[in-house]
Amino acid sequence: MRTVLLRLLGALPALAGVILVTFLLTRVLPGDTASYFAGPTASAESIAQIRAELGLDRPLPEQFFRYVTALAQGHLGMSLTTGQPVLADLTARLPASVELTLAALLLAMGIAIPLGILAAVKQGSWADHLCRIVVTAGVSLPVFFTGLLLVYVFYFILGWSPAPLGRLDAFASAPPTVTGLYLVDSLLAGDMETFRASLAQMALPVATLGLFALAPIARISRGSMLAVLSADFVRTARASGLSPRYVILTYAFRNAMLPVLTTLGMVFSFLLGANVLVEKVFAWPGVGSYAVEALIASDFAPVQGFVLTMAILYVLLNLAIDLLYGLVDPRARMDA
Amino acid sequence: MSAAQTTTATRPREAGAAWRHARHVVTGNPVTALAFALFFLLLLCAALGPFLVPYDPLASDTANALQAPSWAHPFGTDQLGRDILSRVVVATRLDMAVAIASVVLVFALGGLAGVAAGYFGGWTDRVVGRIADTIMAFPLFVLAMGIVAALGNTVTNIVIATAIVNFPLYARLARAEARVRREAGFVQAARLTGNGEWRILLTQILPNILPIMAVQVSLTMGYAILNAAGLSFIGLGVRPPMPEWGIMVAEGASFIVSGEWWVALFPGLALMLAVFCFNLLGDGLRDIVDPQRRG
Repeated sequence: MRTVLLRLLGALPALAGVILVTFLLTRVLPGDTASYFAGPTASAESIAQIRAELGLDRPLPEQFFRYVTALAQGHLGMSLTTGQPVLADLTARLPASVELTLAALLLAMGIAIPLGILAAVKQGSWADHLCRIVVTAGVSLPVFFTGLLLVYVFYFILGWSPAPLGRLDAFASAPPTVTGLYLVDSLLAGDMETFRASLAQMALPVATLGLFALAPIARISRGSMLAVLSADFVRTARASGLSPRYVILTYAFRNAMLPVLTTLGMVFSFLLGANVLVEKVFAWPGVGSYAVEALIASDFAPVQGFVLTMAILYVLLNLAIDLLYGLVDPRARMDA
Repeated sequence: MSAAQTTTATRPREAGAAWRHARHVVTGNPVTALAFALFFLLLLCAALGPFLVPYDPLASDTANALQAPSWAHPFGTDQLGRDILSRVVVATRLDMAVAIASVVLVFALGGLAGVAAGYFGGWTDRVVGRIADTIMAFPLFVLAMGIVAALGNTVTNIVIATAIVNFPLYARLARAEARVRREAGFVQAARLTGNGEWRILLTQILPNILPIMAVQVSLTMGYAILNAAGLSFIGLGVRPPMPEWGIMVAEGASFIVSGEWWVALFPGLALMLAVFCFNLLGDGLRDIVDPQRRG
């Protein structure tokens, strides 16, 4: 419990840094924020009035204080394009992004970890070569390009997948909202048709993101498994006559997973960024495409809200990984 | 001055050995040779692109819009009838320029900050470390989006955003490398002969960590290209008529669902090859600079 608290405290500087940087980003907007809000026809007086309303005539530290208080109350500003508070827009769209990212991560881990381990255990086999190809392709392929290739092959040529336009096709209706994740919600409602429809829509974007996340996880799994397999305790276990299967699955596996867990932080950093691109390719109604639309329309409040939300999410994810690490590795708990 | 003279005196021999080793690596590893070949092709396209291409990359010819690849147009034509081959080749210069400019910028800023942090320690170290940590607390592509949104939607700001996002990598590497050399024999000798701290930093430490930093440059070039192309794919930086790979893939995206694959495929392939080339080159360079880490 103490370690949990310590780690929570450890995340605070990162959180403070994130808020400070987002604040600085809001203050170095191109041109004058007040005249931007007032519109092109505004007079000098109305600009000054808006500046006073927005608190832009105050000294920076005071502005920062106001910014933090507003954040604490959940005010992220208004979106000019949707006319809604940014926070409401983001919470409405976040489940779509979360569903996509989580599914992609699970897919990537489900394939990459066994592949990496197989590649390490049987060096020079087909699994090893496949692992090398996947790792090289994964770092070289632009994620938006992979997405388009998959759309061309599976939608246009083979006709297996539905049109890449959002979470459900126009004729289907969304399941009653419980978690916001269509797969989970449709299962809860017992609606197998919606479940299948949303699974079909998700397949390609999830595969695209998953392929992207596959490379780092497979590389680390292979590397750390190789390191563990040459460790003394594995040699001892083998010398004691334990079956190779038992040695790998119980002795080596758990130790090899520790570096993989640490890499997940980096994988999340990439995934949250790649998510934006994939959402644009598949017209996925998540926070990423929301930010892109706002960015194109020079609507800055949603972009800032998005950057802040993603950063806070990322800090929390790293915290969760830290805590998980302590759970998996007793040694990490000792020295905390 | 004396220290500088001894290093120049030994350099020719070292350079000869490095060259021999480089030739050994290239001939011994066909993949690295391929990467070098690709690299020269990219340089050629970047330097002479506009003179090599058969068509004007901006000239539209609506009568020949969306033609599939043929002998006249090997990569086909786009929705305005522009020749895609010409556009892909001419775009090399802009894509390379953005990536190289951002890497040079971060090499200078991150490298110097990192070396200073590792060499001086103390508050310099704490400040640089805190900046790097804060940048790393963001998902990097998202931070780059935020920076371009805040600074303004221009190509220059894409360069700056890509550089900032890569800053922690360079600063941390330079810091670690400077730290191990802080009390090295040649540094103490330079100090005893009366060199100032900054002078030691710039003439002793920095040149010694340059090879390792160069490997880092090559390894991050690929990421810089992807980052910049990703930003222009979502509509930041480069404006439409300008040929650039990311934006060309974005333009081709709407034709994929109706089967005109060539509009997005060829710029995407160019992007992929460029990134692939720099990743391989980075691995090859690492073999030359740091043979122990091969594997």
